[in-house]
Amino acid sequence: MASQSPGGQNGSTGTWTLKTGLAQMLKGGVIMDVVTAEHAKIAEDAGAVAVMALERVPADIRAAGGVARMSDPDMILRIMDAVTIPVMAKCRIGHFVEAQVLQAIGVDYVDESEVLTPADVQYHVKKHDFKVPFVCGARDLGEALRRIDEGAAMIRSKGEAGTGNIVEAVTHLRAITSAITELATLDESHVMQKAEQYHVPLALVKDVAKNGKLPVVLFCAGGIATPADAALTMQLGAEGNFVGSGIFKSAHPARTAKAVVEATTHFNDAKLIADVSRSLGEPMRGLTLETIPAAERLAVRGR
Amino acid sequence: MPSAAGDALATTARAGVLGLQGDFAEHLTTLRDLGVEAVDVRRPEQLDEIDALIIPGGESTTIGKLAAHYGIIPKLKERAAAGMPVWGTCAGAIFIATDVPGHPHPLAGLMDMTVERNAFGRQVDSFEADLDVGPLGPEPFHAVFIRAPKITRVGPGVEVLARLGDGGAEAPGREATIVAARQGTLLATSFHPELTHDARFHRYFLSLGKR
Repeated sequence: MASQSPGGQNGSTGTWTLKTGLAQMLKGGVIMDVVTAEHAKIAEDAGAVAVMALERVPADIRAAGGVARMSDPDMILRIMDAVTIPVMAKCRIGHFVEAQVLQAIGVDYVDESEVLTPADVQYHVKKHDFKVPFVCGARDLGEALRRIDEGAAMIRSKGEAGTGNIVEAVTHLRAITSAITELATLDESHVMQKAEQYHVPLALVKDVAKNGKLPVVLFCAGGIATPADAALTMQLGAEGNFVGSGIFKSAHPARTAKAVVEATTHFNDAKLIADVSRSLGEPMRGLTLETIPAAERLAVRGR
Repeated sequence: MPSAAGDALATTARAGVLGLQGDFAEHLTTLRDLGVEAVDVRRPEQLDEIDALIIPGGESTTIGKLAAHYGIIPKLKERAAAGMPVWGTCAGAIFIATDVPGHPHPLAGLMDMTVERNAFGRQVDSFEADLDVGPLGPEPFHAVFIRAPKITRVGPGVEVLARLGDGGAEAPGREATIVAARQGTLLATSFHPELTHDARFHRYFLSLGKR
């Protein structure tokens, strides 16, 4: 992990400090999925810290079926023109050429995402080779550390995207945070076993055990639909939220977006969360996990 | 009141960091490592309980909107006018500037300068550079610029503390750009001293209160 040493050369770009640093600037904020420049403006006006530009929100990707790919660069560029906050975009797992294209058009962060149809069943993108930073999904600590070892500068829980159902995101967040807590209690030989089990360098596992947290920012994603959902993930240890279908599939997107932003900032203030939750109208309808056939589960993509 | 960490620190009993959004935790850690009591500020009434305030890096549109919504800006103006030191890093510098071209959202407007947002380009253009900063002594300060703003104009009462290029940053279009400035007890930096393990800027800020 030579590229992870703190403090790049004078004038250097694309360093580990710059990649992880942008995620640090997003902490305590909400990143919203948007499909048009108009959506992007609504998100920015509501106080989003960044937008994820994509052709269809996960709920619609799920409904449409077929192969989901990187969005049209023209559509991403229109969103980049419309807002001043950072713009992220998704590439398929392992599709390093889609990642090269996204870097070439100047997106601020690439999400190597299980929401799109994977391009490689064995390998993720070698993210250290890029100047643009990457965020990746994870269900547990081993998956998070494998992605960080490959060069992910930010991690998000996977949840189950496009369901409006928070249960999987909670499961994944708890799996990550409880495994970190457990690491701190282990002696050297058991820490070595964990590194072997996770297939990551020992130094990375030792770093997590010592600091009691991931070496990169951890956001929550996959199923957030209400202000209370957003505050729940923050109380469980997320450092910010990705909200996909939950905003623009709700009855009142602008109000819902603002309420989710406020609940993320004041996640310990139940009275404020109550205030912003009043009369928001219908949230997105949502899916129970039991109704989704195994073949249509997104979180299992990429290990 | 001398202290182990130096007498500059003894003048600040309690420092606040605006905790609405961004990397406020990194500032709190640096302050606490210096032995200063540091609190996360999210409500206007908390501004009466602190002796100095840092506005962290983050998204200036988000921080600006939330600060306006919760009524923090009038109280902050009052406290700054009474001499409380205020330091903005990156988004924080945008937040305290009197003039931000094209900025659609409310700003505190404390410091007489024009600050241009995202002035070096997008994230792939973010960079690190060594700066000469007079008040910090002869050793260069390693600065991290992330989607950083430029200070394109400073008013007559504003002292320039650092420019790009002075410390040898050689990239085109960056030379002589103002990236750190001070107006009395107000401080602005385009970069993030909270992301590097060098607390000299935090020490300097904490010393402003007694001048």
